[in-house]
Amino acid sequence: MTRSVKTSKPASDPFAGLKDGLPRRTPGEAPALYARHVSKIFGTTKVLDDVTLAVMPGEVHGLLGANGSGKSTFIKTIAGLHDPEPGADLILYGEGAPLPMPAGSARRLGISFVHQHLALMPSLTVLENMLLNDLAVEQNWNIRWGTARRQVAETFERFDIHIDPMTRVADLPQADRALIAICRAFEEVRVNAGAGRGILILDEPTPFLPKSGVDQLFSLIRGVVADGASVILVAHDIDEIREITDRATILRDGKLAGTVTSSEASQEDFIELIVGEKVTMFQSARTLAADKPVTASVRRLNAEVARDVSFDIREGEILGLTGLIGSGFNRVPDAIFGAMKGATGAVEIGGKSLDLGHMHPARAMDNGIAFLPSDRLGKAGVGSLSIAENMALPVMGDFRSLLGIDWQKIHAHVFELGRKYDIRPNRPGQALSSLSGGNAQKVLMAKWLQTGPKLLMLDEPTQGVDVGARQKLFQALDEASRKGTSVLVASTDAEQLAQICHRVLVFSKGHVVSELTGAAITKDNISQETLRAHGDAGETVPTRTQEVA
Amino acid sequence: MTAQNTDMPVVDAPRINIAEVAEKYALVAALVVLFGIFAMLLPNTFFTWANVSTMLGSQSVLVFLTLALIIPLTSGDFDLSVAATLTISAMTLAVLNARLGVALPLAMLGAFAVGGIVGVLNAFFILYFRIPSLIVTLGIGTFLNGLTLWMSNSATIGGIDFALVMGVVGTRLFGIPLAFYYAILMAAVIWYVFGYTSVGRRLLFVGRGREVARLSGIQVDRVRFFSLLSSSLIAALAGILYAGTIGAADPNSGNTFLLPAFAAAFLGATAITPGRFNPVGSVVAVYFIVIGITGLTMLGIQSFVQNLFYGGALVLAVALSQLVRKREEQQVG
Repeated sequence: MTRSVKTSKPASDPFAGLKDGLPRRTPGEAPALYARHVSKIFGTTKVLDDVTLAVMPGEVHGLLGANGSGKSTFIKTIAGLHDPEPGADLILYGEGAPLPMPAGSARRLGISFVHQHLALMPSLTVLENMLLNDLAVEQNWNIRWGTARRQVAETFERFDIHIDPMTRVADLPQADRALIAICRAFEEVRVNAGAGRGILILDEPTPFLPKSGVDQLFSLIRGVVADGASVILVAHDIDEIREITDRATILRDGKLAGTVTSSEASQEDFIELIVGEKVTMFQSARTLAADKPVTASVRRLNAEVARDVSFDIREGEILGLTGLIGSGFNRVPDAIFGAMKGATGAVEIGGKSLDLGHMHPARAMDNGIAFLPSDRLGKAGVGSLSIAENMALPVMGDFRSLLGIDWQKIHAHVFELGRKYDIRPNRPGQALSSLSGGNAQKVLMAKWLQTGPKLLMLDEPTQGVDVGARQKLFQALDEASRKGTSVLVASTDAEQLAQICHRVLVFSKGHVVSELTGAAITKDNISQETLRAHGDAGETVPTRTQEVA
Repeated sequence: MTAQNTDMPVVDAPRINIAEVAEKYALVAALVVLFGIFAMLLPNTFFTWANVSTMLGSQSVLVFLTLALIIPLTSGDFDLSVAATLTISAMTLAVLNARLGVALPLAMLGAFAVGGIVGVLNAFFILYFRIPSLIVTLGIGTFLNGLTLWMSNSATIGGIDFALVMGVVGTRLFGIPLAFYYAILMAAVIWYVFGYTSVGRRLLFVGRGREVARLSGIQVDRVRFFSLLSSSLIAALAGILYAGTIGAADPNSGNTFLLPAFAAAFLGATAITPGRFNPVGSVVAVYFIVIGITGLTMLGIQSFVQNLFYGGALVLAVALSQLVRKREEQQVG
């Protein structure tokens, strides 16, 4: 690695690695959290290999890495959910802390976690949720609701959050929920660690938040560290990491890839540390020969919010559908595939006009339509079954022999596809759930690409997929489109659409409101169009552009 | 290679993983050990050909019932009505043949048809009204019990054509009653369907991920319908076999098969292809349970031990299979 960014390497002397580069507020200040030589082995896989991390008081520290790089394992080890291999130790404010962490002691030591799913009860009020942790562990036979309500209101005021504690969480937008969860965790830290101390660990709190929500979240984080507490932020988005963190640690394949000062490292530096090599970002030609015939025509499609949507998609075209969450763009593939009830309209494909009211997946497949849903292990594939079984599902008939299904042949075929799409590890017998998000997505994409569909539809195809694997997926899509497959991509990710699409349709309130073609398809343009389309509604919440995983 | 299936050879270097082999054949080993212990303790009663062949023959009813269960279990539905279906099928046969003088083949066909009706009823309530299978089959099963008692006036009906008894346990091949071979044949058919046909794969996908199956173009309701129907039909066959085994039909004793069949299905899912309901594992599990019960009974232990054994085996089996599944789903990273 020949870069000018500073990296701190683990060493034998406890504080050797800390002598420089640490943002100390006073000379000789001990780190708030210093975890050394943390390793973890699952079965035969070393998912964490001698990772060392130091976080100073008052610091916001980013933790990045591709899927499967070990960042959640690291967090869970600190939380006491995993026992580390012997040799690891944890020093908090210069004092040794037990590792493996006994249940509940992380809390007592002033470390609190906010996991991605936030651990809020949607059917309860904000107030009840704020008290949840106390109610869960303490015997309280006389809850003073009035006092509790005042305290929560005070806390909200301190952080400039305008939420009524008596609202039900279910009635709040996602951004407010994240704020509540973080507020709750921070209050816990304050109570347990004392003022000016404590560590708050946020595990990917930002996906699906609109930009304004992210801004609110970041000002809350700044408020938290202002008086000396520390925050560890696990995130995928490099722009966000560069905006909010002081320093960032990058893990790769369970090892420490480096620790950088966020403001000094460029986006390319980050990507190189995450992936381990220079990544060439995929970029399609953006233009499509004008004489390509139309593959499919969607006519007057209505599906939930989506209203009166009509468009053509040509042979080999990659068409992006985007808009804010709730603008209805992501219902279009579901409706075309017959995956949802109550859609109306028609799709013309292969010389036939198919009524969407009577569409079902088997009929869609018979007409050369394939659909890869975003919910990878809930709708697209079965985690407990093997790669081979998942992949072979749509082509089972091709492997029939006199003696029934020929598994030998299926495994050979799946192995071949695994090599083609760079699935790692390429073991057809292994359970799908054992793969990282990116590799699982390669499997599921191969599942449909092998059928040679006329129209392939994808919903958020790169959610939770790391930056390296993304380029592989894009290349696979590009190759399919060159062979004549039309590709429909529904996504909120402007950067991704800019990388692969020939044309992008922007939705607002169920309608197509603008169309971008050719050179106009840039990340900024897509974001702006999405925003502008929504601007008149008074609610100026732009789509979040999820960047590199 | 966690979810490795014996039906599915791997392409990359075949490595023998000792833990995996141990897991697959632990139940087989337990069966052999248990058999050995009883053979040593009871050389003159348990360890005789007469006893062994009786165990093999008479318990083929339980094998059939277990096989009936694993089909809907694989596609994600419970069928608690199998034992009641067995009982009513046996009773239909007895009433038609012994009371009404219908010829044996026709009476057998009638019993089989009753199974078909039960399957269609189960599937109708489960799929049309979207009621959980547990509730529907529990209700239908209890309803069938009432019907059986009504049909028979709560009495055992004997006098079934002796040809049936001859065809089931009266005739022996290599010293083992024919019933055993029927059970093995049934297991072989299901083993083939599960492992080597698209139907078997569809069953599995419907059971493990309904949405995935639906969005992969599988007609989920049709698969569940046929899965529930085959379960009832096989249970009806078990009823015919049961009538042939005891030469009569009684309105109650068939119901006691329900728990052992569930125990065997779940215990079987811990062996051969761990984590999946599989016919070979089921057969092994049935005979494991049967050896345990027979041995303990012969040792003179009171009859309550049966329930201890069945109930204990069921819970332990589910706990074990859960362990297997957890390991399968463990995510790294």
